[in-house]
Amino acid sequence: MSTVATAGGRTRRHLLSSADLDRAQVRAILDTAGEMQGIQQREVKKLPVLRGRTVVNLFFEDSTRTRSSFEIAGKWLSADVVNISGNGSSTSKGESLRDTVLTVAAMGVDALVVRHSASGAAHQVSQWVDAHVVNAGDGTHEHPTQALLDAYSMERRLGSLEGRHVVIVGDLTHSRVARSNLITLRTLGARVTLVAPPTLMPSGIATWSQVDGFELSHDLDAVLPTADAVMMLRVQRERMSGGFFPTAREYTVGFGLTRPRLQALVTANPDAVICHPGPMNRGLEIAADAADAAQSLVLDQVSAGVAVRMSVLYHLLAGEES
Amino acid sequence: MTRPDSAVPTVPEADVSSDPASGSDTRVVMSSGDISRALRRVAHEVLEHNKGAADLVVLGIPTRGVALARRLAGVMESVEGTAVPVGALDVTMHRDDLRRQPTRSPRHTEIPAVGIDDKVVVLVDDVLYSGRTVRAALDALSDLGRPRAVRLAVLVDRGHRELPIRADHVGKNLPTAGSERVSVRLSEHDGIDDQVTISGGQSR
Repeated sequence: MSTVATAGGRTRRHLLSSADLDRAQVRAILDTAGEMQGIQQREVKKLPVLRGRTVVNLFFEDSTRTRSSFEIAGKWLSADVVNISGNGSSTSKGESLRDTVLTVAAMGVDALVVRHSASGAAHQVSQWVDAHVVNAGDGTHEHPTQALLDAYSMERRLGSLEGRHVVIVGDLTHSRVARSNLITLRTLGARVTLVAPPTLMPSGIATWSQVDGFELSHDLDAVLPTADAVMMLRVQRERMSGGFFPTAREYTVGFGLTRPRLQALVTANPDAVICHPGPMNRGLEIAADAADAAQSLVLDQVSAGVAVRMSVLYHLLAGEES
Repeated sequence: MTRPDSAVPTVPEADVSSDPASGSDTRVVMSSGDISRALRRVAHEVLEHNKGAADLVVLGIPTRGVALARRLAGVMESVEGTAVPVGALDVTMHRDDLRRQPTRSPRHTEIPAVGIDDKVVVLVDDVLYSGRTVRAALDALSDLGRPRAVRLAVLVDRGHRELPIRADHVGKNLPTAGSERVSVRLSEHDGIDDQVTISGGQSR
């Protein structure tokens, strides 16, 4: 967790990048999430830890599961949660991000959960306000809570990720999930291979500064047999202006988790798991059979989302301010 | 668990940092035998008051309360011949001092399968001091269900209550000064023989 001096002169804990978290901090967040998940089964789904605190979800980009899981997480911790979306707020009337953020912060909020289409937006917001800032996805940069919940879901099924082989497949150029997952998985000691067609693999990827010790491949069939976990990334049509691959069919043949690949994966390692951050394009990057297979963690990932975000809010907000 | 001068228990990681036996002002107030005898008596008291082991659920407050709860349940089982459900109740999320402390990770809560509704819950902790931990435990319990009754058993009652809370069963009443530290060491957690020591403060 990065601790940054804010506009108010105080230091605040933020979660802006997966690289902010060392191994002990990731461990603490995942372990706390395990305890938080217990309350999902309870009759009274409420813990008093953030009573009287206000968390604002500031979402300038469409999101269903991230926003609603942050909202539920905040409410179950007894915080007051306010949702502000880009459409319908003053930004659609031409207000700048800075003015919107300062207006919201002036109301006396304790934490801002920020999603924005610009890479670096959450970091920028953390410079402006005297509140805790959580990056809920900034452009094509990072999505640290998604990486935490993916690691949490995988650990639940696989046990420790130390030395385990995780294959991340798909649109690396536009995926904030891939970058955050790579960092968090390396922090936990997993072996990571990134697989993508050459057109969707950023040219400087081998020198991504915050991580090392990962492998690159253009051949999914070659790496699949050694995988303990396969993470299929969404083909993000909204960020693509075409030209990255000839046809959807060709992408599926080369890089989709098709039925034959599912067979190959399960034959090589019956305990392997399949992740997808959602929303899925069934039939494009993942076959329906794979999405619904016993190896699929897709629904586990959603239910883990609330517990992991409760844990993140708890670790950021509950303790004393330095 | 070490109870320092402040009104709150220290974080579990911190309380093994000093060896209580090494200081010259450290006195052993309960030996391993004393602790074992006190626990046997407390177990008998609980059973006597409850007229048997029916509906009892023993919940320890982490860290050392859990080990004490297991021992108490073990004694009760050997006396009554029936298993007594035992578990752990973490109170971290219900503390009133969360914002005064560095963030602490919650400990494991484990409620026996029989649940706590309409049961007689016996809360177990090592040292009763300010009463704030017990208050937090009562709040945590009310989120989990509605016991028929809640009773409190502690190994050491050192006084200095800040809330209207008292123990039903006490292993040893230990008059202390606020500046003194009471440390409970249990073989399960500390790898040394059980003992309760008192250190610091003026010699009395």
